[in-house]
Amino acid sequence: MGNFRVGLCAGIPVPIPPGQKRCFMRHIISIRDFDRAEIDDLLDKAQKIQSRFDSSSLKGKILALLFFEPSTRTRMSFEAAMARLGGVSISMGSVEASSISKGETLADTIRVVSGYVDTIVLRHPKEGAARLASEFASVPVINAGDGAGQHPSQTLLDLYTIRQSMKIDGIHAGLLGDLRYGRTAHSLAHALSLYGATIHTISPKGLELPSSLVDELTRGGCEVINHENISGIIRELDVLYVTRIQRERFPDASSYFKVASSYRVTPDLLKDVRDTFIVLHPLPRLDEIDFGVDSLPCARYFEQSNNGIPVRMAMLEKVMK
Amino acid sequence: MTGDATERGLLISPIKHGTVIDHITAGEALNVLKIIGITGTTTESISVATNVKSGKMAKKDIVKIENRELFKDEVNRISLIAPNASINIIRDYKVFAKKGVETPEFLVGIVRCPNPGCISNANEPIQSRFEVQEKGLHCLYCDWVITRDITSYII
Repeated sequence: MGNFRVGLCAGIPVPIPPGQKRCFMRHIISIRDFDRAEIDDLLDKAQKIQSRFDSSSLKGKILALLFFEPSTRTRMSFEAAMARLGGVSISMGSVEASSISKGETLADTIRVVSGYVDTIVLRHPKEGAARLASEFASVPVINAGDGAGQHPSQTLLDLYTIRQSMKIDGIHAGLLGDLRYGRTAHSLAHALSLYGATIHTISPKGLELPSSLVDELTRGGCEVINHENISGIIRELDVLYVTRIQRERFPDASSYFKVASSYRVTPDLLKDVRDTFIVLHPLPRLDEIDFGVDSLPCARYFEQSNNGIPVRMAMLEKVMK
Repeated sequence: MTGDATERGLLISPIKHGTVIDHITAGEALNVLKIIGITGTTTESISVATNVKSGKMAKKDIVKIENRELFKDEVNRISLIAPNASINIIRDYKVFAKKGVETPEFLVGIVRCPNPGCISNANEPIQSRFEVQEKGLHCLYCDWVITRDITSYII
């Protein structure tokens, strides 16, 4: 991984906390820190783990789960991944019951917890929180989502699920839903650009992919095509990545339902798709995928969620072994 | 400096020791002072001339700071708003050293991130960090990119 940043932040020296040695370690903060070879290496590792793994690989190691925001899947799958490798997870509990409620800074929390464990998994509402944590931690930090920012383990398991069905190189991937605020779509678009994919975007007005990201993808040689509706492009896609349209983005319930219904994925919509076509969703879903789609062979979102275990096992081994 | 010395002298008098920042983009003199951390409470004697006629730039600003020689990183910060500025270090009324500005690779603690959700705006013991890129200033914490109106974000 490209992110060896204790004592350095993107090449800028940062103060080493007193009493801590300058050392170099591995953090997983953003998918942008990875090049393609590093992603492939991690996905290969996850694939090996899925077929066979050493259940005492991380015996004696302790993982801290610092979740400043609610989480079900990410939190539980990190715990499960650690347990399968023979390690132990500890948690700070709710924010209200911790020192955070007394006004402790994240930097101090990280310095303290670094002394208790071998790796920290952090979810925090502020963007860049994991980057900050990596500067103050004396153990590896894994970003489990920082506000509207990065969520690299989700992107890795999205790629892993695509790779189970097809070669990622050159695919046509459709991103559907809230592409403005959806961090998973941003990270996935960036990662797919490393594989020469063509990105098709379908989103309600006002929730389009940020123009800065489109510019960045385009500059990197990735083709990004915007579509008015999903039905016009669905037959050309290899992957459809559906994201939740959040109700709070709309002024009232009726305008939400009006928009949300026009972006709904139904069995009828999927009747003429390519043979190898798959539908992904980072979950949880609301109404954006009809329950009737669940039984179709192209529905891979529950498998995608399950893939969180081998992918996170690979990440934990990578930073701790 | 070129031009009519008498006329120039009326605008802004010579200094014995210190720094003259010349060829500042017209209208940016006060922002230059801000970016190098010179505020209204400074004890140094400062002379500012704006919209001065210049053969090279049509109009330019000039700043003279008495008894202070700017450091390299201070000089380079100026490049963000006045890339054509030239710096003259003055000793005993003579130009002791002359240098241009170079765009720095990183800015630490100089510019505030416009993203209210960025951790660098929270109560944490860190300074803002930006990478200077062709498209603008890239926040190394939240990936926000400032593409215009940089001066309004100077801390």
